[in-house]
Amino acid sequence: MQIFRTFLLRLLTTAITLLGVAVIVFVVIRVVPGNPIAMMLPPGATEADIASLTALYGLDKPIFQQLLIWGGGVLHGDLGTSITTRQPVLALVLGRLPATLELSAMALVIAILLGGAAALTGTKARGTRLEAGIDVANGMALSVPDFLWGLVLMLVFGVFWPVFHISGRVTPSLDLPFSTNFYLFESLLRLRFDLWADIVSHMFMPAVALAIPLAAIIGQLLKQSLKETMHLDYVTLARTKGYGETHVITREALPNAILPTLTLVGVQFTFLIGGTVIIERLFSYEGLGNMAIDAVINRDLPLIQGIVLLFAAIFTGVNLVVDLTYAALNPKLRHG
Amino acid sequence: MADGRIQIRQRTGLRLWLSALWLGVLVLAAVLAPWMSPQDPLAQDLFLGRLPPFWEQGAEPGFFLGTDSLGRDVLSRILHGGRVALVVALVAGTLTCVIGATLGLLAGFLRGWVDVAISRLIDIWMAFPPVLFSILLIAVIGPGLSSIIIAIVVIDWTRFARVVRAEAMTQGAMDYVASAQVAGRTRLSTMVVEILPNVLPTIVVLFTLEMGIAVIVEAILSFVNLSISTDDPTWGGMIAEGRTSIHQAWWVIVFPLITLFLTVLSFSQLGEGLKDRYDPVLR
Repeated sequence: MQIFRTFLLRLLTTAITLLGVAVIVFVVIRVVPGNPIAMMLPPGATEADIASLTALYGLDKPIFQQLLIWGGGVLHGDLGTSITTRQPVLALVLGRLPATLELSAMALVIAILLGGAAALTGTKARGTRLEAGIDVANGMALSVPDFLWGLVLMLVFGVFWPVFHISGRVTPSLDLPFSTNFYLFESLLRLRFDLWADIVSHMFMPAVALAIPLAAIIGQLLKQSLKETMHLDYVTLARTKGYGETHVITREALPNAILPTLTLVGVQFTFLIGGTVIIERLFSYEGLGNMAIDAVINRDLPLIQGIVLLFAAIFTGVNLVVDLTYAALNPKLRHG
Repeated sequence: MADGRIQIRQRTGLRLWLSALWLGVLVLAAVLAPWMSPQDPLAQDLFLGRLPPFWEQGAEPGFFLGTDSLGRDVLSRILHGGRVALVVALVAGTLTCVIGATLGLLAGFLRGWVDVAISRLIDIWMAFPPVLFSILLIAVIGPGLSSIIIAIVVIDWTRFARVVRAEAMTQGAMDYVASAQVAGRTRLSTMVVEILPNVLPTIVVLFTLEMGIAVIVEAILSFVNLSISTDDPTWGGMIAEGRTSIHQAWWVIVFPLITLFLTVLSFSQLGEGLKDRYDPVLR
């Protein structure tokens, strides 16, 4: 019963947070100077033109009323119409979402692999130069944000030694047979490995740039937990039974050491998703973040609102899942 | 065991000194930029466009690190860009620190509805993707140096508030706080005189880290062209400009990138080094 109450409570706070985000975004972009409607029209437009277009987008009503109309629409799945492209915001946003999801997922996988490898190697090489080297690399990876790693990767593997593509999501001249926007996933399902390779070659650098800071966090925390576990009696027992070091680390210590890392990965994953905004811009990757920056530059209010709300929903959603998983896995909280 | 500790000590020492050295050089370069720059950072000369750095074929004397596509001197622009970066780091870092730490202290020590309100606000803030949020804010308040500083403060105060709140809560439960109250101190004076000094090491470390973050945020905003005017030299602006001619003139992007990289790394290493040395909480 306790877990059920925790669940309901968390759901409620998530809803309040999202509501807060929606209201703040809505108000912030409306109290500001600069009329987006005037910017849409050519310089010779009359006052009447501006007024009629303003009314069309509902921008002539009081803010509170606008908020209610927009909120009502959101509940019905209507996020309004983009000012620059004149298309429904929901369709635009959902069209770009798969690109960002695929990029984030790929980055997460890379981060787990890199971080896990660093932690396991570091634990196995305890007290050697190799461990010290891994620690230094970890510290560097953690100190520098994804934006700079992206630039470094772009220069090294895109310009000086061009092995990967530095912009876009797929080579534009290719003929795409896809019916969804999950290119990476669908190319695999359709067994089009040529397309898959092209897509991966575009995604690889942005994904690695996003992954590096998270990999460092995983590496650091997992290594620390592993080291603590390695001192426990049952690990010593396994060792006296004659198991090799690799077996002891991966089979005995790892399962017990992994829980704190898993929780952290969940929280840090939201930061990774936030990082896609600038990384997509840097690599001209056609995802949600890149669209968001264009929307901001063009002052496309409905589109900005839609994207920020979607990002906020993803953030709070991930946090919710992490909290609930943690509650379900941790007996102390379950019977709290 | 003892040897290992000394080794760690020495390593953090070296890290601290190297970072401090780089930042010192940077401050000096930024202050002296108007006198040190070999060229006017804004001077354009299309006949001198995309000159390579001095060791390559076709370099011109006086343009040490080459020129961009408009013929502006890369070295002079990096030096002047350093002024913007450091001003943002210092001002935005300080304001963020003061506002965030105050709110965190209030929430953690006073508890009750103040804590509920501030914590809820932090939760809402954490639901915004920070980069998108900063770009949105700049679009709203308009580009410019003060806008960047405002955006950083508005977004990053939660970094301080969260940590300081948790720390103030722990400190607030300690005996010395209770005895200060018994001795007749008011709540406000307990907070400032008793709690604050104990949270200060944590705040100093966060402040150092925040300066590095401010530098990177400024670079990101000028990269998406929302920082100060496009003519004025900023590292992010130079990187954005270099990105467009990345295959023709690598030096336009590489040199500002190295400078930015070392600066961000130094602030961060300085913060981490201070943390290892002086701060029992974050460690």
